[in-house]
Amino acid sequence: MSFLTEIPTMGRTDLRDFKKGIDDSFREFTFNYGEVIENFFEPLLQFMIWFERLLLAAPWPIILIVIAGLSWLGSRSWKLTVGAVAAFLVIGYLDMWEDTMATVAIISVATLLCIGVGIPLGVLMARSNRAQTIITPVLDVMQTIPSFVYLIPVVMLLGIGKVPGLLAVCIYAIPPIVRLTNLGIRLVDRDVMEAAEAFGADYRQKLFGVQIPLALPNIFAGVNQTIMMALAMVVIASMIGVKGLGVPVLRAISNQYLALGLLNGLAIVALAIIFDRVSQQYGKRLQRHREGGHNV
Amino acid sequence: MSEAKVSIKNLYKIFGRKPADMVAHVENGVSKADLLENYGHILGLNNVSIDIAPRAIQVVMGLSGSGKSTLIRHINRLIEPTAGQVVVDGDDVLQMDEAQLRDFRRKKASMVFQKFALLPHRSVIDNVAYGLKIQGVDAGQYTKTAQHWIERVGLSGFENNFPAQLSGGMQQRVGLARALATDSELLLMDEAFSALDPLIRSDMQDILLALQDELHKTIIFITHDLDEALKIGDNITILRDGAVVQNGRPQDIVMSPADDYVTDFIKDINKARVLQVSSVMGKEQGIKGPSLEANTLLEDAMQSVIDSKANGAVVTKNGKKVGTASLAAMVKAIARAEKTGDTETYR
Repeated sequence: MSFLTEIPTMGRTDLRDFKKGIDDSFREFTFNYGEVIENFFEPLLQFMIWFERLLLAAPWPIILIVIAGLSWLGSRSWKLTVGAVAAFLVIGYLDMWEDTMATVAIISVATLLCIGVGIPLGVLMARSNRAQTIITPVLDVMQTIPSFVYLIPVVMLLGIGKVPGLLAVCIYAIPPIVRLTNLGIRLVDRDVMEAAEAFGADYRQKLFGVQIPLALPNIFAGVNQTIMMALAMVVIASMIGVKGLGVPVLRAISNQYLALGLLNGLAIVALAIIFDRVSQQYGKRLQRHREGGHNV
Repeated sequence: MSEAKVSIKNLYKIFGRKPADMVAHVENGVSKADLLENYGHILGLNNVSIDIAPRAIQVVMGLSGSGKSTLIRHINRLIEPTAGQVVVDGDDVLQMDEAQLRDFRRKKASMVFQKFALLPHRSVIDNVAYGLKIQGVDAGQYTKTAQHWIERVGLSGFENNFPAQLSGGMQQRVGLARALATDSELLLMDEAFSALDPLIRSDMQDILLALQDELHKTIIFITHDLDEALKIGDNITILRDGAVVQNGRPQDIVMSPADDYVTDFIKDINKARVLQVSSVMGKEQGIKGPSLEANTLLEDAMQSVIDSKANGAVVTKNGKKVGTASLAAMVKAIARAEKTGDTETYR
């Protein structure tokens, strides 16, 4: 009756060989292609190094002015602008400026990369149902698989450093923008699309003149989510050698430094809130045309 | 009738998995209901052939599900047919490749939609200029043209509003201006006024007729409203279950409806406002009364006959006598359907 009480298993030796086979073949793959892949990401690495140095080298008042300018352009709200500047002043006063700049650098690059890859993917998904059926489960895996699991092959392949960190962040942060771009385009009013078609619009004119503009609120919700998720990955990314606010948090965890962990954690929260509010306000302003009522 | 501007020939549209295989069944007389029941396909259009005269308003009428919106979308090929031809100015639209079709849609046929279908993120002037922008007309030119049409439909001052800030009637004026701005000869109007309040709808019909007096476009107008069809149509085609039931001038349709379905349509309309004296004219002798032009509406004709205490009217064309119309014949013509002899089958 052991059949009923014990689930059939593969057998110890077979299972060990099975796992070993996977490990060996991946190691071989790393050995053969690791350098090619590293070279492929080289320009990205150079850009990240340059951008981080730029942020660190720039005098802090200039950074504050840029932050204030971006907040104002995004949100058109004095409150938010003043709040953002104040938050950065406090961060600097508590000596977290350099780590914060490093984090801002990787989040910005990760977000740009996610937008650059994610929006075209979303457009492709909206255009073809087959692409949607293939990409959706991949996104599901990327969002649900524990981050540590994909850190292993990423580190095996690229070692420790900025690029693997960036990839880890992007794997986790890209799904919302892809999904929401797809959704936004699919939700565009069919009547409006038919009108564009009836007036002889070609594919580009429909995509850039109608679909993307009308999907922008959703796309922006995706960008916002992507930024939030990228920030959530800061601590995990620091485990594989990304500088920034995650490093002191990690140190605080292993040494039980409460204050250090709290301050750096709160700095991450402050960044998240500023990014979130500014991008949300900007997204809202994109929808001004939806406001009805006769102002005649 | 002069050469047709648009000629629809033996057009079939069947929706389903294998529409091409179904054409033979439909040709053999399988009805819409049977095709759905026995073959699982929906009959959209059934052997539709219509010749549409240039510079006139052709109305296509039918209840919902009769295939009228499907039909109009075949003319600019928003829907691909199962079989048949749509010839515009001698070219078969269905044979065009993608680039030719785009060019056709840009320059030859513009469309007005039931739900307006304006671009919500663009201002009124940008919406009106949309067709021209698509064509690649330069900014100075399209702004000028768009401005002109905005004025013509009476929307001056709203150029920079967004569609959501306008009422339904105003939005459809934008839709009309957008269609007119490309200066195409063919105007396709799919239930263009059906979503509007009755008073606004009547206004829009007047605007359309006034514009047409001047522009003389070939207009194909879809509606389910017979009053609208009679008011604006130079010619009316009635569809039922995807097939043409009757095709003719408003006069002819009201005077001699082809079957019960058409009779049902016309039973509640005010015939005196549609029919002209010419439609009841005969050669009857002994009628003395006022001289009326052949195209006088019965409503006015009866009034003047009664005013002059006569028993009928002398019908003239360009001042020359062409026949007579008795008061009795006029009254008989406008009586309700069940009282007239030629539609006795109608209950």
